[in-house]
Amino acid sequence: MKILSLCYFILVGALSFHLFQEKTKAQSIKSGAEIYQDFCVQCHMTNGKGVSGVFPPLQASDYLLNNIDLSIAGIKYGLKGKIVVNDEEYEGVMNKQGLDDEEIADVMNYILNQWGNSSEAFITPMHVERVQKSILQ
Amino acid sequence: MKRFLPLLLCNLIFTIGCAQENTPAIETPTTINYTYETIVDNINIPWGMAFISNNELLVTENSGILYHILNGVKTSVEGLPEIYARGQGGLLDVALHPDFTNNKIIYMTLAATLEGDAGGNTSLYQAKFINQRLEDVKLLYKATPNTKKGQHFGSRIAFDDEGHVYFSVGDRGNRDENPQDITRDGGKIYRLNLDGSIPEDNPFVSNPEAKHAVFSYGHRNPQGMTAHPKTGAIWVNEHGPQGGDEINEIRKGKNFGWPVITYGINYSGTPITDKTSDPNMEQPFYYWVPSIAPSGMAFSTSGIYKEWQDNLFVGSLKFQYLERLVIQGDKVVKREKVLDKIGRVRNVKEGPDGFLYVAIEGKGILKIIPQG
Repeated sequence: MKILSLCYFILVGALSFHLFQEKTKAQSIKSGAEIYQDFCVQCHMTNGKGVSGVFPPLQASDYLLNNIDLSIAGIKYGLKGKIVVNDEEYEGVMNKQGLDDEEIADVMNYILNQWGNSSEAFITPMHVERVQKSILQ
Repeated sequence: MKRFLPLLLCNLIFTIGCAQENTPAIETPTTINYTYETIVDNINIPWGMAFISNNELLVTENSGILYHILNGVKTSVEGLPEIYARGQGGLLDVALHPDFTNNKIIYMTLAATLEGDAGGNTSLYQAKFINQRLEDVKLLYKATPNTKKGQHFGSRIAFDDEGHVYFSVGDRGNRDENPQDITRDGGKIYRLNLDGSIPEDNPFVSNPEAKHAVFSYGHRNPQGMTAHPKTGAIWVNEHGPQGGDEINEIRKGKNFGWPVITYGINYSGTPITDKTSDPNMEQPFYYWVPSIAPSGMAFSTSGIYKEWQDNLFVGSLKFQYLERLVIQGDKVVKREKVLDKIGRVRNVKEGPDGFLYVAIEGKGILKIIPQG
């Protein structure tokens, strides 16, 4: 009986650890790849290069890599007006995509670490939650 | 063998060259005999537009605003149903009932999540537009199941002269299950009576398993639709994969092929199918290689523009111009850029005054005015 209850607690423990564990960065990037294919690829393209003058690049993009919170805010609240990416001006509209904080974190981790991009930052849903719309002003 | 090698190489280059671009090539005119004026500005994504009179129209903004515009002044219309704004979803097309003058009824397509589960799908609504408000809001059709996929909601609305309303729903990012299956929603053109009931002569009403509102199937993501001014047939343009955007003349019960046949390939560059035709599937009236990302569709019937009479106009989201297509018989014989580099062209309509009106993302609605 003792062994049985011990087994039970180990099992439940292992299960809850597995279920409630935060995603690792690698797992987040993997989920982010799916989000990217679904929501981003039509404009920013498979290679992350976008379309010059129309859709800004994400690959080697100074705007993305130097302004992580602005980029999060752009995805979270939508982006409109003039931005400069790698010395080229863009003046388009990206409507809010309706992604939740975890999905935004995942896709950020993906684009920050794809196509030769690399970032020390590990974006979490908590981080995304904290980003306010006011930083876009 | 060696002497055949150059011939073989030439042949190979020729074959690849052919696959790259469909004719006729797009032209940039050397003389511009038109100008434009801005009717209303500052609209993020002006998706649908419906003219009430020469100076009054309804415009949908994709994130969920219905604008009433009178003499260039826009006000938000109250009373919209709840809208699912995710990915390409949101508020989509708007159209007036053919007898709007008397009954004040409008139609709207929008992404909705009505069943209480996660995700959304395209729906067709009807409402009365009275005193800047929507009243008697009525759901006519809701595609199921809901999905959290962000892609391919469609959608456009059009009418024929026989009391039918047509609307499109894209494949909802599930090309392997939806477009070829008439028992599932998505990847279809639908036809209803104006009151939302199913026409008795719809093509699949005798099949108890089928979605009875379906009029044609095998579509990917149709975002342009209009009735042909002479034949009355419903014309549609749809986004293909990379390469392979199409114009189709919709016919009852027909299969337009997606994803079994297509001229396009995946965004990643990998093939979808090696077939571009099938005896049981319709060929497009025209296909674009490379893709222009077509949205909106209108014929110019008024004669206001010299040489544009009966031409077809389609917005290009990707290349940011309005495309003019000259059609002779069953062939596109000329393609030309209008309003080159104007911005992402989301929609085009011929107004009741006969002028062409163009909806530009990030800008608003422009009116094209002939010159000289």
